[in-house]
Amino acid sequence: MSFLNYLINGLSLGSVYAIIALGYTMVYGIAKMLNFAHGDIIMVGSYLVYSSMTMAGLHPVLSILIAVIGCMVLGVVTERVAYRPLRGASSSLAVLITAIGVSYLLQNLSLLIFGADPKAFTSVITWKGITLFDGALQIRGTAIVTILVGLVVLFGLQAFIRHTKSGQAMLAVAQDKGAATLCGIDVNRTIAITFAIGSSLAAVAGVLFCSTYPTITPYIGAMPGIKAFVAAVFGGIGSIPGAMIGGLTLGVIEILSRTYISSQLSDAIVFAILIVVLLVRPTGLLGKRVMEKV
Amino acid sequence: MAMLSVDHLSISFGGLAAVYNFSMEIEKGALYGLIGPNGAGKTTVFNLLTGVYQPKEGIIRLDGQDITGLPPARISHAGIARTFQNIRLFQGLSVIDNVKVGLHESFPYGTLAGVLRLPSYRKQEKAIDDRATELLKIFDLDGQRDLLAANLPYGAQRKLEIARAIATKPKLLLLDEPAAGMNPGETTELMNTIRLIREEFDLTILLIEHDMQLVSGICEELTVLNFGRMLAQGRTKDVLKDPEVIRAYLGE
Amino acid sequence: MLKTIGKKYGFYIVIVLFWLLMTLLGNAGMLTSHFSSLLVPMTYYAIAAVALNLCVGILGELSIGHAGFMCIGAFSGAIFSLLTKEVLPGGLRFFLAFVVGIAFAALFGFLIGIPVLRLKGDYLAIVTLAFGEIIKNVLQAVYLGVDAQGVHLSLDMTTFRMEPDGLTLIKGAQGVSGTPRNSSFTVGIIVLLLTLFLVHHLMDSRDGRAIMAIRDNRIAAEATGIHVTRYKMLAFTISAAIAGAAGVLFSHNVTTMTNISNYFNYNASIMLLVYVVLGGIGNINGSVIAAMILYLLPELMRGLNRYRMLIYAIVLILMMLVNWAPGVQERRRRLKAFLKTRLTRAGKEA
Repeated sequence: MSFLNYLINGLSLGSVYAIIALGYTMVYGIAKMLNFAHGDIIMVGSYLVYSSMTMAGLHPVLSILIAVIGCMVLGVVTERVAYRPLRGASSSLAVLITAIGVSYLLQNLSLLIFGADPKAFTSVITWKGITLFDGALQIRGTAIVTILVGLVVLFGLQAFIRHTKSGQAMLAVAQDKGAATLCGIDVNRTIAITFAIGSSLAAVAGVLFCSTYPTITPYIGAMPGIKAFVAAVFGGIGSIPGAMIGGLTLGVIEILSRTYISSQLSDAIVFAILIVVLLVRPTGLLGKRVMEKV
Repeated sequence: MAMLSVDHLSISFGGLAAVYNFSMEIEKGALYGLIGPNGAGKTTVFNLLTGVYQPKEGIIRLDGQDITGLPPARISHAGIARTFQNIRLFQGLSVIDNVKVGLHESFPYGTLAGVLRLPSYRKQEKAIDDRATELLKIFDLDGQRDLLAANLPYGAQRKLEIARAIATKPKLLLLDEPAAGMNPGETTELMNTIRLIREEFDLTILLIEHDMQLVSGICEELTVLNFGRMLAQGRTKDVLKDPEVIRAYLGE
Repeated sequence: MLKTIGKKYGFYIVIVLFWLLMTLLGNAGMLTSHFSSLLVPMTYYAIAAVALNLCVGILGELSIGHAGFMCIGAFSGAIFSLLTKEVLPGGLRFFLAFVVGIAFAALFGFLIGIPVLRLKGDYLAIVTLAFGEIIKNVLQAVYLGVDAQGVHLSLDMTTFRMEPDGLTLIKGAQGVSGTPRNSSFTVGIIVLLLTLFLVHHLMDSRDGRAIMAIRDNRIAAEATGIHVTRYKMLAFTISAAIAGAAGVLFSHNVTTMTNISNYFNYNASIMLLVYVVLGGIGNINGSVIAAMILYLLPELMRGLNRYRMLIYAIVLILMMLVNWAPGVQERRRRLKAFLKTRLTRAGKEA
């Protein structure tokens, strides 16, 4: 029974990774850049919920709304100020290093504003969860909510991309920026929308993550962010179902290896998986192969 | 024996045959042209010959040696050098260093000799410098030897790419649209240079070209590609009179 | 003649003069002990920055795991010194510790390079990060010791049992302690000079040209007969080896390495990247200057220390935008042309 419990915890953590990975994979697929600062948006989202809920005493739902909008704006602003000017730069290193700089900037701004000592996050999910088999299996409410939110996000995003004009524009830009421009698609606007969606998803992920692990520091976003990238690569970068599968798999692997192998080595194991995946199948589970043009 | 013999070469991308059943023989010392409308598969043939792509079928022989499927560096060592349609220089290196990279295999002193400046380093670097300077002179680039390659004017960049290719001591030189973007005066000058280097370096040359003036001016033989298939092959003046070729070029 | 010597060896002379100045000031008692304690770290960060620049600027591959190679050098060098503390005289032992640290870092660089260098761009960067984190995590979890019964290696404190006379080398999260304090400013400067000598001479040889050719255009390099994998491996391995040397200096300076994640996590790799970017990507001497200034400045201005990381972040972003953004480049070009015509006109009128 305890195995089942760990599995559910894994799926819950995996759902968080999956939601972050969706943002990663969309930005990577459409803007063709690795947004290193994506993980730190999670941290900003958590601090926004913390300050509006715990410090200002606002209603949890309102607090989450503030976090989502705040992160959305942050995502769009960073894209406009830091990344867009570098589109078409001759060096691909430039935008990657800039993203690292933005990540660093967000961490250290938060450090200055909120200090280094961890803040206690009050979970927005108050439901205790359900108990099955006379208490042999307890499923926490946060786990259930997290998994459900993950599924809603996945299907919502799929529907958005399939059935809206903006979603179709995203697919077109992901295929070929030049051709999309010729078809009358505003590439800059489409990429901005992508950042807006990805960043608001990161805020949601932040709320869920901190409901399970209720301490906030300026650095909490970095590791989930990198692991979510691993998840996105694992599932095949650019693929939305891939990000979901990758996230869930990674969450389960992490929880199980933390339980059964070593708590200190669980991160190392996750990274080892990334390396193996990239070597065996660089395009991930559901990714497509692209050939270099000569 | 032919310098280059290609037998029934095919490759497809995503089910689409980019080059199909392509065969060609180039005699030693020939100046051979590969022409055809846009998207006919000319550059793909170059990429197959130089190992950038692996053919699905067919055999490529250089001077009798089977080079099919070898990696690009090994094909360069075997004796094929090339230029690229969209110029690919080492932009961050100086003009002379671009040519020196081409001399890499000819002067193989070791890493330790390089770091510790052993006599073999000094001797070979001197020879490399002399040789590279000579090559630059042929292309009238010795005045810009220390300029960054990225800062050269367009026409000079095309010439530098040829100089770099020749530095690898090729038997066969592949030129991918060498006259692209040049004015008529520059094109005439280029034609003369191509003839000159063929004599001087004992080369066999295969070139892709759109410029009919250049093709009919210097190529002795031609192959015409259309939609990945061979349309015509033979002596230049015969091929250019071929009604099929005219139709492919001028449309129905 | 004098000019070429100055051009070639000028920077070495500047470093020697800096060393002379600091040593004289130190001997005269004019340096605070705090300032003196910064001199050794300054040298090893400069060395590590040169190592990273070899990878980023010369080879053209972004590594964000170089702190991992420094970590390998630090641990292997320290363990060697601990093992031979009683047997070898100090100078020889320290020299051999360098050999061991460099060899291990190079070995790891080589082994990690085999898979990593097959990848490109972003993937390569993230995998170097992964390797850096794995190295750090494993070294934090490992228990290693020797006693009469042989070598003990364990991942679990409870199963790690040593005889009383045994020597514990790595004690899990508590790391390595008791490393002799052999690093000094002078040794640091010597290693820095040797590093510069190695990298400059490498760049100015056929190997260096091949490496930079791959950086500028891999496909053209291959078509020109360059064995791409071989030269990528060469550059990456040398880069790792140099980072290892910096690590040996590190462990023989701090003597106790606990909480290594503070020193060798990915933030450390990013700090090195800041040095490289600020000094100029591909500009080896620039990395040294940037590392020295950026390391010393905030430490000297204590008030600035709170904002150090923030300033680094802003510097990183601005440097990229100013140097690479096509729009900014275009504006700069126009400004330059404008000034040029203005100046020549002013010159004519005068």
